[in-house]
Amino acid sequence: MNEPPKTSVELRDVCLSFDEKEILAGVSLSVPSRSRLVVLGQSGSGKSTLLRLILGLLKPSAGEILFNGLKVNRMGRLRLNRMRQKIGMVYQYSALISSLSVRDNLALPLEELTDKSSAEIDQRVDEKLALVGMAEARDKMPAELSGGMRKRIGLARGIIMDPELILYDEPTAGLDPVISAVIDELIISLSEKIGATSIIVTHEMGSAFKVATHMAMLYKGKIIASDTPENFKASTDPVVAQFIAGETQGPILQATPS
Amino acid sequence: MFGRMFGPWSAIRTSLQHLSSVVWLLIDTVEEMGDRMVRGRMPFRLAVFFEQTDRTGVGSVGLVSLVSFFIGLTMALLTGYQLQTFGQEQMVPGLVAISFTRELGPLMTGIMVAARIGAAYTAELGTMVVSEEVEAIEAMGIGPLRFLAGPRVLAVFLLLPCLVVVSNFTAMVGAALISRWAFDTSLHHFVHASLESMLIRDIVAGTVKSFLFGLIIGLVACYKGLSVRGGAAGVGAATTQSVVTAITVVIAFDTLCNIVLVALFDT
Repeated sequence: MNEPPKTSVELRDVCLSFDEKEILAGVSLSVPSRSRLVVLGQSGSGKSTLLRLILGLLKPSAGEILFNGLKVNRMGRLRLNRMRQKIGMVYQYSALISSLSVRDNLALPLEELTDKSSAEIDQRVDEKLALVGMAEARDKMPAELSGGMRKRIGLARGIIMDPELILYDEPTAGLDPVISAVIDELIISLSEKIGATSIIVTHEMGSAFKVATHMAMLYKGKIIASDTPENFKASTDPVVAQFIAGETQGPILQATPS
Repeated sequence: MFGRMFGPWSAIRTSLQHLSSVVWLLIDTVEEMGDRMVRGRMPFRLAVFFEQTDRTGVGSVGLVSLVSFFIGLTMALLTGYQLQTFGQEQMVPGLVAISFTRELGPLMTGIMVAARIGAAYTAELGTMVVSEEVEAIEAMGIGPLRFLAGPRVLAVFLLLPCLVVVSNFTAMVGAALISRWAFDTSLHHFVHASLESMLIRDIVAGTVKSFLFGLIIGLVACYKGLSVRGGAAGVGAATTQSVVTAITVVIAFDTLCNIVLVALFDT
């Protein structure tokens, strides 16, 4: 049996600019296989952009992005499509297809990308819906669901292909504490059950420390700290310390233009 | 001064950028569909394709028939009155038949479909872009071009010529009815004179043009929809641009086709 690569995702000096505005200015990051990396950073610091770069939805202006040792930024459209089948993405606003029912949203990648029979697909859909506690929503349309329910369906769709890597964009933003805790536990249990690597972008410090096995902080377009949650908590870096504590006094607000 | 100097060049450059993007959209869509077929899979969902053909074709029959009927009727009436002065009202059937099969049928149908279906495609795809649905489809590795643009472009490409046939037929019906009433032209004479005056070349030229107009409308609508930026306002702006661009390009392309045909056949 082939051993999975030790490093799932690697970013080497990745830069990205939009309309001469620099978003990422040399990000280097290594994500070990089966780990849960939480990426912290201010709003608009480029955290979600980082996820889109890993998926190959955006091309970096410089640097290299590797997934399982393969250079994502060198792949053509068709190779990217095949690579993406190994990655699950959970969107901040769920991004469910509004014209499809919950069942069809989950079944979509299975129907399009696998040779599974209708019965097998239904079985897999039911299994994933049960995993996120949403079995009763199977035949509903996305418009009939609340934000928290949509998020859980988005999570179920993200893992429907049993991906090797799951990317979470603000999975608990705007949810009540109970649903947030449910989603945090889901992230942990999914990572343990499927054995997938997870990259989680979040602002919620409670969630971050609960789910993370590794943490990284993105600030001014660079990764300024990358460590275990315990070391992050004890960090003496003024930016990291201010961000974790949520203090108003410190280098972050001083550096942010009014 | 610089604005005046660079204004037209900037517009030309932007137009060329859009043109190349539309061409790449076509190439990438065909590539994605080809890759699926090589792997022994359907290039897109047949159900989606039939849904789009129904919407584009069957759904447009009423509008195309009605508008073409009235245009054919008006054309026969106005030209008939002028020709009657010279005692030549028997030329009306030929005039309407040639005008519609070669020119007005594809052109009017193209304009109607661009307004009705092109706008719908752009608004639909644009809304999906804004709500990250298109990105989610891409992130799953499904290939949004073959999945979303493929069935839509193919539907309008294949159905526009069918609608042109409907347009030609209803225009002739309108012209025949008014000719019977205003110029006492019998239906038998009308049909006979129409068939006498039509050339195979006109029918072929009209058919080829209608396929190309369908392709242009489908590609422009999908391109504008998939490149929406800026929320609901962006969807509105893209929809307007889609209709304006498709109609302008269809008319420009029609003019080009006519110049080529006249140069080749000298008529």
